[in-house]
Amino acid sequence: MTAATARPSARGRTLPRPARQLLAALPFLAPSIVLFGTFVFYPLAKSVYLGFHISDPFGRRQVFVGFEQYVDVLTSSSFASSLLVTATFTLYTVVPAIAIGTFLAVLANQKLPGIVVFRTIFSSTLASSVAVTAVLWLVLLHPTIGMANELLETAGLPRVAWLQDGGWAVGERKGVLSLVGAWFIDPNWALISVSMATVWMNVGLFTIIVLAGLQTIPEELYESARVDGAGRWREFWHVTLPMLSPTLFFASVVGMLFAFQSFGQIQILTEGGPVDASNVILYSIYQEGFQNFQKGAASVQAIVLFVILLGLTLLQFRLLSGRVFYR
Amino acid sequence: MLALSALTLEVRDGEFFVLLGPSGCGKTTALRIAAGLEEPSEGSIYIGDRLVNEVPAKDRDLAMVFQSYALYPHLSVYDNVAFGLRMRKYSRSEIDRLVRETAATLGIQELLRRRPAALSGGQQQRVALGRAIVRRPQAFLMDEPLSNLDAKMRVQMRAELVRLHRELRGTFIYVTHDQVEAMTMGERVAVLHQGLLQQVGTPQEVYDRPANLFVAEFIGSPAMNLLEAEPVRVDGQPGLRTADAFVRPLAALWAVLEAAGARSAVVGIRPEHLAPQEGENAEFAACFEGQVDLVESLGSEQHVTVALPRGSLVLRLPAARRLPIGSPLRLAVAPVHLQLFDAETGRRIGP
Repeated sequence: MTAATARPSARGRTLPRPARQLLAALPFLAPSIVLFGTFVFYPLAKSVYLGFHISDPFGRRQVFVGFEQYVDVLTSSSFASSLLVTATFTLYTVVPAIAIGTFLAVLANQKLPGIVVFRTIFSSTLASSVAVTAVLWLVLLHPTIGMANELLETAGLPRVAWLQDGGWAVGERKGVLSLVGAWFIDPNWALISVSMATVWMNVGLFTIIVLAGLQTIPEELYESARVDGAGRWREFWHVTLPMLSPTLFFASVVGMLFAFQSFGQIQILTEGGPVDASNVILYSIYQEGFQNFQKGAASVQAIVLFVILLGLTLLQFRLLSGRVFYR
Repeated sequence: MLALSALTLEVRDGEFFVLLGPSGCGKTTALRIAAGLEEPSEGSIYIGDRLVNEVPAKDRDLAMVFQSYALYPHLSVYDNVAFGLRMRKYSRSEIDRLVRETAATLGIQELLRRRPAALSGGQQQRVALGRAIVRRPQAFLMDEPLSNLDAKMRVQMRAELVRLHRELRGTFIYVTHDQVEAMTMGERVAVLHQGLLQQVGTPQEVYDRPANLFVAEFIGSPAMNLLEAEPVRVDGQPGLRTADAFVRPLAALWAVLEAAGARSAVVGIRPEHLAPQEGENAEFAACFEGQVDLVESLGSEQHVTVALPRGSLVLRLPAARRLPIGSPLRLAVAPVHLQLFDAETGRRIGP
């Protein structure tokens, strides 16, 4: 104890211990502080600032308006529509992508010779970029020369104006009920098209995630279930699925965040159209900020999107964590 | 790669049958083949009169207890025990009655609502047993079920398994590498080594008359003393010359040895059959002179290693006797306690 107190005084200058630790830590933290500061914290602060101001298209002559812009955006019908489109897009992309990914992962988890080839194929969409995926689907869904319509025709089904048909999202609806009704009977093919491309793109990742989850399930649980009288289907239902629940929960959170951040495929396939049929919030932020040059209104939407994502993630943790089983 | 070769075993109805052997001997493979979890490359498996080779595990009406217990971690104890009944479409009330009855048998009534993660090893073990016995299957297959328990718990569960077997009158096939478990619980024991069946018999038979050198060494703790020996005649008197003593077997045993024509033999003496002696006595088969080298006291008894001029012997003595290290000791063995093995084939010579 005497040695410890004697040493700093011998050095002449003393700093309290926490301060000295912080000084030592700063050089190590500096690179991330600089990066995060430049590309995350500064833009975030700037967004908040912009949300409270009105500016001209070049960002000059800013006038403080407080929450006025929030009220404008939140009460506008176009924002409500893009919310519904975003929610629909999330539903269309997350549920099928996880379901198909799980199906493929279960197939790829069989112990068969050459299964590695299938694992690679199933997860290969992970390697294709958003732009490549979008162009690929643009060709597939082409109204006259696209393969999708060819297939429909061969199957004796009517052709679909894939990217041009906005369905329920386009045109006047009287009241919420008619909108909900239309949601079910008048498909928004443009949004479905974008969703199909997105599902195709994400399936590879979900296959890998679920495959990793499957491989953590002890073999004895299956053997025990088999001896207890379970067939293949009940093995899946009573062992695989519950044991996979943490993985599926993780995948659903990731999938939702992906859906809310989708941009490239919408830009290339539909540009948010027809009208606003595939205009998800993120795309609407882009349009507002970089086509209409309404930086303030775009910032407000960005902040709202951030709050929604935060809220949804917390909600998912709340709702699902009770049912998810962790070892 | 062959895990098992030409294994023929018949387990009797209602029997507590133990498959015993060191790790990698094929005992677990044998059990898994019986359960339907693994397919034999050839051979037939019968349960009762039914050939079950083509019957999948789920339809064999067996229950299995795994070493890792393999409890479903997402289900409560109740649901774990009820799982097999649900798979077999028992009615809700029937399930409830059977689960509660089983829980009472095993003393886990208080735990029914808990998840396996909240249970101790011993409790998980009971749940795993419960899951097996609740269905009253044709046979219970147990794969080293006690090896994850601590020593005290293991002794307790051993007794409990024997009680359970008596109450259920079920057929138990129990795999273990622990000879104490095999000796204490098994009605019959099959000793396996490198995929080959070495011997089948009651624990006492296997202990008293091991069929070969492997069984002789594997069963018994401390292990049987084994001395290489050469059959010779000294002054017309038949005997076996070991490195440290001349051993005179019973005339009958010698006759079998001669008939077998073995050129070299191994003499086996159980540690409890060696006794410290003072004088020379013609009744003894052999006498060994040596010094006390190591004393391991177990409280009730002691295991003493005696260094002979060339080899060494282990004997088992009551704890009361004080034996200072280095003190000279003279050991004798009675002829009836000699066991003989063919050194080349390893097979037992004599009855």
